[in-house]
Amino acid sequence: MNRFDYVRPATVSEAVAAAAAPGSAYLAAGTNLIDLMKGGIVSPQRLVDVSRLPGLDRIEPLPDGGVRIGARVRNADLAHDPTVRKRFPAVAEALLSGASAQLRNAATVGGNLLQRTRCAYFYDPASACNKRQPGAGCDAREGENRLHAVLGWSESCIATHPSDFCVPLAALDAVVEIEGQAGRREVALQEFHLLPGATPERESVLAPGELVLAVRLPSSAARFAAHARYLKLRERTSYAFAVVSAAACLHIEDGVIAEARLALGGLAAKPWRARAAEAALAGLRPNSEHFRRAAEAALAEARPSGDNAFKIELARRIAVRALALAAAGTPERLPALPGSPFAPIPGGALHG
Amino acid sequence: MSLSITLTINGIRRIVELDDPRVTLLDLLRERLDLTGTKKGCDRGQCGACTVLLDGRRINSCLALAVSQDGAEVVTIEGLAQGETCHPVQGAFIAHDAFQCGFCTPGQIMSAVGLIQEGQVGDDPERVREGMSGNLCRCGAYRGITEAVLEAQRSLSQAGRKEAA
Repeated sequence: MNRFDYVRPATVSEAVAAAAAPGSAYLAAGTNLIDLMKGGIVSPQRLVDVSRLPGLDRIEPLPDGGVRIGARVRNADLAHDPTVRKRFPAVAEALLSGASAQLRNAATVGGNLLQRTRCAYFYDPASACNKRQPGAGCDAREGENRLHAVLGWSESCIATHPSDFCVPLAALDAVVEIEGQAGRREVALQEFHLLPGATPERESVLAPGELVLAVRLPSSAARFAAHARYLKLRERTSYAFAVVSAAACLHIEDGVIAEARLALGGLAAKPWRARAAEAALAGLRPNSEHFRRAAEAALAEARPSGDNAFKIELARRIAVRALALAAAGTPERLPALPGSPFAPIPGGALHG
Repeated sequence: MSLSITLTINGIRRIVELDDPRVTLLDLLRERLDLTGTKKGCDRGQCGACTVLLDGRRINSCLALAVSQDGAEVVTIEGLAQGETCHPVQGAFIAHDAFQCGFCTPGQIMSAVGLIQEGQVGDDPERVREGMSGNLCRCGAYRGITEAVLEAQRSLSQAGRKEAA
């Protein structure tokens, strides 16, 4: 790990001023940043510790029925918050399907949004990576790439964004509150992460020194509380990143889907909102034929970036299953293995 | 750069002078405070051998910068027993043969103490396994670990009820 200066500002404005110096990085829990620094993948010259900043650790129900989640709320606290469990259950399920209990006790909301890809070539300083070193090339293109992106990738970069939490946030129209030296602004979560294009080193809309203050879920997101699930296929039962995942949320009225939300994880450099699938489901009855058609629409533009064509069909099936689970209803208590595809669909076939 | 922090470790308040902000909580415990019960396995947050309680919650001490924990309360494996009497989780690990080589055991036990305090898993072995999935055991003692956690949870909740009565 490189040497660095450590500062612990007392207020948000002090933090933003301190991080304006080039080479600065914000430190919250450090569950991703310290790992990256140990590997020599990033080497900030200055760490600005935001782990105690006042006012960023609250989960505040909003008068209109939404919720405002401070950037340093811990993943575990958010997942077990009664308001989130009741009104935004897919968010809780996604959080609990991610990482381990130890990491969830430390990792924060802001850090989750800003976590880096788990691409092995990004993590290996001896490999070429355009994200780590712009212009160096991408060893993943001709390497072990079965888990890489099938949507939104470019010749420069085929890495995926590893967050579970961001997938239901994208589906539910979450908004990110940001503060920087130029003042405060808001960005829709769907616009927050950037696709690689020719500049894969730019991963979000944050300007240097900008700080995430909070994530807001609008009241409209609570309409789906009775039919909201997160489903995540992993290469082992627990404590692994998604191969593919889906957040499916349905608002069902008189047996018909009044509104659907679908977002996919593990497929692109950002959580992938599947608006075409949502449009395809509106006004239809929730059944497997309609879900399959929606899943086809969701993956219509997918193409393999390497040995990963299987992920496209896998993503369709995970989307269909997530929609079927959502239609069956949000369970009273989260399953023992949150987000696990091993759990049967209530009243449905074991496979399908 | 000298950085002075205060930590309460196993009930004892200590003032620690750090000459370098790079020191993790794990390295501080092991290399500077002679608390070598907490183990360094992967050092990258993947194995759970370094699990300690930080302000009552289980975390990976290898990914926590010591300087950032100023003022915190830390409990390590050395802080569990009362004199010669094992903590109920330690006793249950012995009773259920929940280890072989023992390297992951301090982390397993600290994780189990944290899991029981979190109170989310009830008596469901599947929820215990999921809740303990951040602690790897290369000897594969998982069956005994699950049984030990369930038994310790039962004995702690009975003790809690007696205390309340």
